[in-house]
This record gives sequence, C-alpha cells and structure tokens, in this order.
Amino acid sequence: MVVVANAFGEALHLLTSFDAELMGIIGLSLQVSLGALVVAAAIGLPFGAALALYEFPGRRPIAVFLNALMGLPPVVVGLFVYLALSRAGPFGFFELLFTPTAMVIAQTILITPIIAALTRQLTEDLWREYGEQLRSLGSGAGRAIPTLLWDGRYALVTVLLAGLGRAMAEVGAVIIVGGNIAGYTRVMTTTIALETSKGNLSLALGLGIVLMLLALIVTAAAYLVRETAVRQLG
Amino acid sequence: MATNNGIQPLHLEQVSYAVRGRTLIDAIDATITAGERTIILGPNGAGKSLLLRLCHGLIAPTGGRVAWGGPFAREARKRQAMVFQRPVMLRRSAAANIDYALGLRGFSGADRKARLAEALRNTGLAELAGRPARVLSGGEQQRLALARAWALEPEVLFLDEPTANLDPAASREVERIIGAIHASGTKIVMTSHDLGQARRLADEVLFLHGGRLVERSPAEAFFERPRTDTADAFMRGELYW
Repeated sequence: MVVVANAFGEALHLLTSFDAELMGIIGLSLQVSLGALVVAAAIGLPFGAALALYEFPGRRPIAVFLNALMGLPPVVVGLFVYLALSRAGPFGFFELLFTPTAMVIAQTILITPIIAALTRQLTEDLWREYGEQLRSLGSGAGRAIPTLLWDGRYALVTVLLAGLGRAMAEVGAVIIVGGNIAGYTRVMTTTIALETSKGNLSLALGLGIVLMLLALIVTAAAYLVRETAVRQLG
Repeated sequence: MATNNGIQPLHLEQVSYAVRGRTLIDAIDATITAGERTIILGPNGAGKSLLLRLCHGLIAPTGGRVAWGGPFAREARKRQAMVFQRPVMLRRSAAANIDYALGLRGFSGADRKARLAEALRNTGLAELAGRPARVLSGGEQQRLALARAWALEPEVLFLDEPTANLDPAASREVERIIGAIHASGTKIVMTSHDLGQARRLADEVLFLHGGRLVERSPAEAFFERPRTDTADAFMRGELYW
C-alpha cells in the first residue's frame, strides 16, 4: 500500500516539477503515437471505406482477415519490424532500427488494421442508409467514400481514439524496435517497464498515472468535441 | 426548364423481380409517357416501391427489360431524380445538401448558385438554408429532399410515398411542391396508398396488387368506375393482403 501512496506523491511530483527528462519522454510518446495515428488514418480510413463500398471477389475474407489483425500482438509486430529493419533485413540500408521512426512504423502496422476494420464496419452501415439516395443522385462507390467518411466523422473520431489508445498503451513493439535508449527512444511505457524491473515501483506507478491521465484528457476532449458537434449538426 | 422528351417514354417490358424464388413484381408491361402525373396506387406490399426502384434504375429486374425510349436515353441516369419515403440527409446544412447534389451532377459556377437559391425559395426553405439538415423537422426534411431533386431540374421525378410519414399540413405543402415541379415541366411518377392524395394528384393511375399491374386508367375513370373488382375492393377499403 505504501507503494501506491508513494506513487501518487511521485506522480504529483513528476507533473509539478516539469522534469526535463520526463517531459521529453511524454513528448516522444505523443510524437510517436500521433505520428503513427496520422499515417494509419491516411491508409486505414480510405481502405476501410473502399472495402465497404466496392464489391469484388474475396471481399468478405479480406474483411474477416482485417478483423483478425485487430488483435495483432505488439511483440510480434515489433519482431517483424525488427527483422525488416535490422542490418541483415530487407530495409536495413535505411538504418532505421532503434530510431523513433522505427517506432512509428511498428505502431502504424499495429493500429492500421484497427482503424481500417472499424471504418469498414461504420461505412458499411452508413452505405446501407445512404446508398440508394447517393446512387440516385449519381454517385458511384468511389465518389461516396469521401462523402461517407465526412458524414461519419463523429463516429470516426472514436475510431481514431481507439487507434491512438492502442498505440500509446503498447510497449512490446516500441521496446523491440526502439531499444528504449534514454533521451532518444524512451517512451512512457518502456520507461515504466524499465523502472519496474529496476524495482523503482513508485516511480513506475507514478508514470503509469501520468499515462492514464493523458489518455483521459485526450478521450475527454474528443468526447466533448463530438457531443457538441452532434448536438449542433444532428 | 427541363425538356419534355429527352429520355421518355419509359418502356417496361415483361418486367419481373424475384427474390429467392418469390416473385415480387410479376411480368409488368407498360409504357410511361411524358406529361401526366402518374400515380402508382395499391395496398401495402403490392410492390409499388419496388416498381419505382426498377423504373429509376436502382435495382435491375430479374426478368424483362426497363428501357428509356427517347433520343437522349443514354443520359437517362442524369435526367431523373427520386425522392424517398424517408429523406436521407447528409450531416451538413440544408443548402449544402442541395449543393452536394448539384456538384454530383456537374453543375458549377453561377448556374449552380442560381439553382440552389431558386430551389430553396421555391420550397420555402430560404430561411432554413444554413440550418443543419438533420435537425430539421420531418416535413422540412421532405421539402428539402424535394428542393434537392428540383434543383437538378429532372425530366422525370420519381417519388416513393413522399408524405407517408408527415402530418396533414406538411403533406399539403409537399403536394403543393409536387404540383409546382410538375407545372415546371417535370414528369411525375409517384407511389401512394392514400386514396385522397391519389385523387388530388393523379392524372393517371397504375393500380398494383400482388406484384401485378391490375389496372391502368385515367384518374377520373379509375375513381368513378374501376374496371376490376380488386381496385373496387381497394377503394372500398375491403382489399385485404
């Protein structure tokens, strides 16, 4: 129990002291995960929508496969990216292993299926509602993609949050491809893992509280934006 | 204004539609010509909406042929519009919903603006232009759906029970707008199960029952002395499905 009590003190201390190292760790966490989110959204949103709107053979199996990929274990993703980026790997010449870029790549791979699969589901439901009207107005599937993504924007915020949450929370992938190098590739989750293994439990727990606080703020902000918009736009 | 004979007439040749062995539309032959307001009348489940969708091209018949016979038949897609029973509005302003449709049909510049303004004015929606479409009342949304269709100045306008979910006042307004659209030169093809409405709007009646075209007559003749027992029973409120 002492650990827990100390942890809150530690968290408070961490947040109020504006410790440069901690701020760097938080900053990198956000940078890596938001970077991954931007790339994953750029791929996952249109891909998910296209999968919902275009009919082609093999569409169902792909959708099922995509759903399965939502449960991709971070360490496995980390391992694959590690192999791909390591000296002997096919992309070794980029020399990206143990850099923040490698961490963005790993998290992008991790969350793109989540965003694509949820977007597909959402767009499919919207198309069922809008399809006849849009086709009547002369819109094909291709033209309907931006229309439906825009009309589903409030729900898609939640989809993006799910992706961001997954990226910020995972440790397995970033620790393998980033290496947890202090001041360079050390993020919140890897720091927590490290401090725990060193026996620094209250510091680890303090960091955990900060991480959860961060998640809460992001989610609450998105929720408020969504609620206000829904109330105004129906 | 819309030209009257670009894509019309619409030929239905032995048009059938079946789902999993159940025939919902049964070998309908008809030619729908320009001009008059055609009302497709019949009880629930007669296949009215389905027939309308077949005519509009939203679904393909499983048997027979739907074909436009006019000189511009190839442009048929772009020269028709449809208003649905439950209007589907995008999450944007009323005006933006009309503008979206105009954009899809390739209108641009001053013409697009003028059409938008005129459609809003003609349907009494000018004051609601900036309001989000989805928070409008049912009647307002249906008027907006009519405005959206009208802005395109279609040669043929299909309407699927456009007043089914509306109160009498809103229905009257919708009927007025349909009359105005017709007066501007657009062919009206509309489904209804409402006898009063059919009497008010129809020039010609296609009476549907059980997926078959049972009777087709000028409106006056149809309501005065229907030629079939089924239509007669329907009007006396004694036709059970």
